[in-house]
Amino acid sequence: MGISIVFVVLVAFLAGMEGILDEFQFHQPLVACTLIGIVTGHPTEGIILGGSLQMIALGWANVGAAVAPDAALASVASAIIMVKGLGEGGAVDPMNAINTAIALAVPLSVAGLFLTMLCRTIAIPMVHFMDAAAEKADFRGVELWQILAICLQGIRIAIPAAMLCMIPAEAVTAMLQAMPEWLQGGMAVGGGMVAAVGYAMVINMMATAEVWPFFVLGFVLAALGELTLIALGALGISIALIYIGLKDLAKQGGGAGGGSGDPLGDILNDY
Amino acid sequence: MAEVKLSKKDRMSVAWRHQFLQGSWNYERMQNGGWCYAMIPAIKALYKDKDQQAAALKRHLEFYNTHPYVSAPIIGVTLALEEERANGAPVEDQAIQGVKVGMMGPLAGVGDPVFWFTVRPILGALGASMALSGNIVGPLLFFILWNVIRMAFLWYTQEFGYNVGSEIAKDLSGGLLGKVTEIASILGMFIIGALVQRWVSITFTPVVSTVTQAEGAYIDWAALPAGSEGIKSALEQYSALGPTGLNVEKVTTLQGNLDQLIPGLAAVLLTLLCCRLLKKGISPIAIILALFAVGIVGRLLNFM
Repeated sequence: MGISIVFVVLVAFLAGMEGILDEFQFHQPLVACTLIGIVTGHPTEGIILGGSLQMIALGWANVGAAVAPDAALASVASAIIMVKGLGEGGAVDPMNAINTAIALAVPLSVAGLFLTMLCRTIAIPMVHFMDAAAEKADFRGVELWQILAICLQGIRIAIPAAMLCMIPAEAVTAMLQAMPEWLQGGMAVGGGMVAAVGYAMVINMMATAEVWPFFVLGFVLAALGELTLIALGALGISIALIYIGLKDLAKQGGGAGGGSGDPLGDILNDY
Repeated sequence: MAEVKLSKKDRMSVAWRHQFLQGSWNYERMQNGGWCYAMIPAIKALYKDKDQQAAALKRHLEFYNTHPYVSAPIIGVTLALEEERANGAPVEDQAIQGVKVGMMGPLAGVGDPVFWFTVRPILGALGASMALSGNIVGPLLFFILWNVIRMAFLWYTQEFGYNVGSEIAKDLSGGLLGKVTEIASILGMFIIGALVQRWVSITFTPVVSTVTQAEGAYIDWAALPAGSEGIKSALEQYSALGPTGLNVEKVTTLQGNLDQLIPGLAAVLLTLLCCRLLKKGISPIAIILALFAVGIVGRLLNFM
């Protein structure tokens, strides 16, 4: 376990950085849980946990100044708890460990949210130091504070991860085994439903009266099990292109019908 | 005085640093630190005088906030403006800040639906559906595809902005951006509809009715011939009768009835309920926690 803790903390650091940068996506459960699974010797369980959490976190995104539930802490911490639960010789049934980790991920994502807000506040004095460095044309100084600010975000996840690694595996295993069936089952039921919240967040961002029918189309077509997600994606793109093309055509037709010498119509069309 | 130009190496250096745009995100001026950090290679290349360097650094520590990817064309335009200014063109501080602020709003409006709500959910769902069976291809596919798309977008749109310069601001009101957003939201809604059907799972366990079936509607296990003949006969009957032929009693669950209407009806109703609750300003976290509570209660009462 000694060396793997170093790697786990490293993955946690990357995830924390990405939680704010949002570029390479190391903070997405699919990536973070898989990496932690690999460095701790439980790759398959890590991948499955990552896939399950990813389904829940699909719609979580930082928009403007608003912060979504924190995927970084949720994926890193729940993956560590799952690995602990799995123990050395498979002390707990893998599916149980995964399901519990999913349920724990949600409160963790709230905890991560507060840590993010804390870091974003601490970053205010940091940019003031940048101002001071800029005053002196000190490139090094500006760069240094930027890098420190990124590291701060990495530490935000690395420290909780290191703390979790210190908890003895027996304690986690015992806790998992002590959980009654109704609690585990209920969490699994809840886990099946929470994905709806993420999807609802996406819908609220994009929905207009015009695009609702496409939601219905997607929903109804998905019942055909033969259609893979790639097939559905291809269908969606085709439908979007056809719709936009027809809409353009309708606009042009309308313009021509109204008489081509109509300047107001032309302005409206170009608008 | 010889004209100063930004080399391709300078621009690539800016593009690389631009990835760390949000690193010092703060509640006061948001992405200003990361923006200034990204501009440093260009400032170094364009201005040799210390006072000018200091002024440029301060100029780029002003308030800035947009989607981190569509920021690339904005930084491209800014590079072009700074280059003109370094060569003596009368580009005021306000002009540069004006371009940044003028572009960040409309472009963020494109970046959020396209990247966060269309591309990422689709690639994420694709990867996750493979990962659920423990397949390493799932995470790899997501990670590689995403980063290829992202890096290509960052570099080419930055170059686009740099080449077009301030002309791009006029393009913004054109139809192209609107069209991209529209296609993204159609595709996004379509896929989200599919995902709701596939991945939101609600199963109601209550039994609606238990009917004893008529003779011939089920497999009479006791009357089967012995040995392999019996297996053959059972399989033949099974393919004729379907799953209800396995038992004497036919059990209809609430879930079975709901699935006959539209599979996944409960899932879509739950999603719409979440939409309403979110619109009323209820925090997503509260809804998630409530759903877990419902799950536990449902299991305790043997309802779900």
